[in-house]
Amino acid sequence: MADTMQFDLVSPERRLASVQATEIRIPGAEGDLTAMPDHAPLITTLRPGVLEVITPAGSTTYVVTGGFAEVTGEGTTVLAERAHPVEEVTQAMVDEMIAEAHEAHKAAHPDVADVTAKLLSDMVAMSGHIGLDANVPNF
Amino acid sequence: MPNLKDLKNRIASVKSTRKITKAMQMVAAAKLRRAQDAAESARPYAERMNAVMGGLAASVAGSESAPKLLSGTGKEDVHLLIVMTAERGLCGGFNSSIVRAARVKAQALLAAGKTVKILTVGKKGREQLKREYEAYFVGHVDMGEVKRLGYSTAQDIAKGVLARFDAGEFDVATIFYSRFQSVISQIPTTQQIIPATFAQTEAEGASILYDYEPSEEGILEDLLPRGVATQIFAALLENAASEQGARMSAMDNATRNAGEMIDKLTIEFNRSRQAVITNELIEIISGAEAL
Repeated sequence: MADTMQFDLVSPERRLASVQATEIRIPGAEGDLTAMPDHAPLITTLRPGVLEVITPAGSTTYVVTGGFAEVTGEGTTVLAERAHPVEEVTQAMVDEMIAEAHEAHKAAHPDVADVTAKLLSDMVAMSGHIGLDANVPNF
Repeated sequence: MPNLKDLKNRIASVKSTRKITKAMQMVAAAKLRRAQDAAESARPYAERMNAVMGGLAASVAGSESAPKLLSGTGKEDVHLLIVMTAERGLCGGFNSSIVRAARVKAQALLAAGKTVKILTVGKKGREQLKREYEAYFVGHVDMGEVKRLGYSTAQDIAKGVLARFDAGEFDVATIFYSRFQSVISQIPTTQQIIPATFAQTEAEGASILYDYEPSEEGILEDLLPRGVATQIFAALLENAASEQGARMSAMDNATRNAGEMIDKLTIEFNRSRQAVITNELIEIISGAEAL
């Protein structure tokens, strides 16, 4: 069994990472999962959350929102609509993302309100996780 | 014959024009490199996205529950044409060729009795289409405010388009933009984005059996709107690179023409200066002879 696999993190604007990784913790829409080499092929959508990449040289953490992950035995590709290394995430960015999610929730049709509410709470949980305040406007 | 003073002024003015076009060419070259880099780094995302969606689309195709963005509304009466052009001119035939492609399509659709709606992105296309097709305009996205082209710009456009689609305002959406091939060649491109079409992806992707979480349809429903945004984003980037490329070659031509003009004017200037001198000599000589 291979020790490492190819990992790519791509956002629409650039390729953030392309490394050999031993383990990747992915915030899947239906729960977190860890992909390791020779994982069964899987495609899952992402929820806003923290993605952790563990390489032989150490681990890197990214904040991702929206998109999907494609896992195969040989490698994992994460396509995220937004992705930032956790060190680059500022309070302003979190505020903006949460405000956006909040807007979407307010504008949402009652049928999909559950989805947007979950998106919002995911964002709040995520910002708590990385140690930033979630300033939710009257939620 | 124009007098010497006039000629001198003409030469000076053409020289300053040449300086301006030269500067514009260099600015375009610098911007082109940045635009090309941006288009380049956006490619992996779009490619993976298309590959995955292509695979998914193939597996749910034909099923009843296929999302509308993929299967269409079942009719194609109302067409939305999204015409993407630049905010500025002075870039050769860039804007006109995109508008021409859109106009041909609009005429064909109208002749076939379909309803046409036009959404313009970028000021130049709107100006050029306004005379004939103003009645069909449904919206305009102003790119003048956008300093740096980002994914969020594309997302905003996509959101607007999807809202119209959900409201049943159109059945088919097509984007018009210019695909960047090289500095001297940009290809006006017509691409249908709703219902989604996929270039045949290599069979290798389809042969792996994936687990889907949530269901295939669930993922597809989540991805298709993102796919629309991705395609719009890719088109915007290609357009930006094409615009700078077109401007660069247009300004290169202009600089060269200005140079030729300066040469011609200088020759004319020298000739008339000599003529003036000759005239003066004749006057002096004939004056001396008269004595």
